[in-house]
Amino acid sequence: MSTDSTLANPVVVPVDVAKDSAPKEPFWSPKNKRLLTDPFNDDNPITVQVLGVCSALAVTTQLKTALVMSVSVIVVMACANFLISLLRNTIPSRIRMIVQLLVISGLVVMVDQVLKAFAYDVARQLSVYIGLIITNCIIMGRLEAMAMSSKPAPSLLDGIGNGVGYGVILIVVAFFRELFGAGTLLGFQVVPQVFYDMGYVNNGIMLTSAAAMFIIAIVIWIQRSRNTKLVDIS
Amino acid sequence: MDLVNIFIKAAFLENMVLAYFLGMCSFLAVSKTVKTAFGLGIAVIFVLAITAPLNWFVNTYFLTEGALGFIHPSLASVDLTFLQFIVFIATIASMVQLVEIIVERFFPPLYNALGIFLPLITVNCAILGGSLFLIEREYAFDESVVFGIGSGFGFFLAIVALASIREKLRYSHIPPAMRGLGMAFLVTGLMGLAFMSFAGISL
Repeated sequence: MSTDSTLANPVVVPVDVAKDSAPKEPFWSPKNKRLLTDPFNDDNPITVQVLGVCSALAVTTQLKTALVMSVSVIVVMACANFLISLLRNTIPSRIRMIVQLLVISGLVVMVDQVLKAFAYDVARQLSVYIGLIITNCIIMGRLEAMAMSSKPAPSLLDGIGNGVGYGVILIVVAFFRELFGAGTLLGFQVVPQVFYDMGYVNNGIMLTSAAAMFIIAIVIWIQRSRNTKLVDIS
Repeated sequence: MDLVNIFIKAAFLENMVLAYFLGMCSFLAVSKTVKTAFGLGIAVIFVLAITAPLNWFVNTYFLTEGALGFIHPSLASVDLTFLQFIVFIATIASMVQLVEIIVERFFPPLYNALGIFLPLITVNCAILGGSLFLIEREYAFDESVVFGIGSGFGFFLAIVALASIREKLRYSHIPPAMRGLGMAFLVTGLMGLAFMSFAGISL
């Protein structure tokens, strides 16, 4: 930076610095749009960044739990990204993890309370999984990678985008696991009774975590054969 | 003998990664080469070995019902179990921060190789899972030390094993789209199925 010229001409400094450090950027600029849409495919949190895999294994035996988990993660991640991005200049780097976790846990407790107030039955079934959001590495991963170094608006978009990208994978995996593992979707019987009478049996292995790994592997296979720039060259 | 049993159980029969599928994110992402996997494995052993007894201590003397009685008899009826999650996470976060500072200071290449997955040990479910398991199973202090080291060792073995397999896989003829991460998922699934054979054994 040209510190010399600014020293020589102190009156103009604020204007120059303001122009340099904060180029006015419209909220829907192409760059920000990419933040929102990249996580669906090119930068998917699960299949590309490898974040949030544990929860993708734990909550995907039923489609319903996967849906609620996705929505809660989107809300928590958008808010956490926004808040941490606002606070990013005031957090000392040596205690940043504890601050991040405090913000996340606070938000998760709020989501839990909202669910208890407005959807008590769902909340009672899911309270364990809602607690799991705190240890979902996707949220802290995005805080570390994005919110600690960028402005609130892009961080918010990044949070929503990554949450949706995560939810899409969760729903795909849960769809196949519930369909083949229990013969139901969202709790309704989908595989007709006739099939069972003819000797069709639910595939119990679909309910184990190993099957979720296989399904995610197949998702990665399909995604990378369509999107060749993601292929691992090394 | 009891302690040896707990160690073997934590490391093999109830392996955090391959039997419970906890701590998957860093397990899959950092297992590209044996060297980085080794580093992360050591870091996880260290963090688990410290946080397990520490969280046992916090839980026994502060969180369980009646634990605060030693401060004042009127506090004997206080039950702080509902704070368990947040307090455990805070303990783990401070320990991981410590590990990060040490690694950054003394092993800069490892620090760069681990990247974002070093701070992410904080939210590694294997660590929190370890603390919650030892409360659930009602281990004593010495048992929780052994349990922490044992499950850390289990994670270490699993991640080094996966990294070795992935290094060998590099010479195999795999469809381009499955190279790297895809095969890592598949291999982990197969390793998990293999570990199911431990299920019936009890020590």
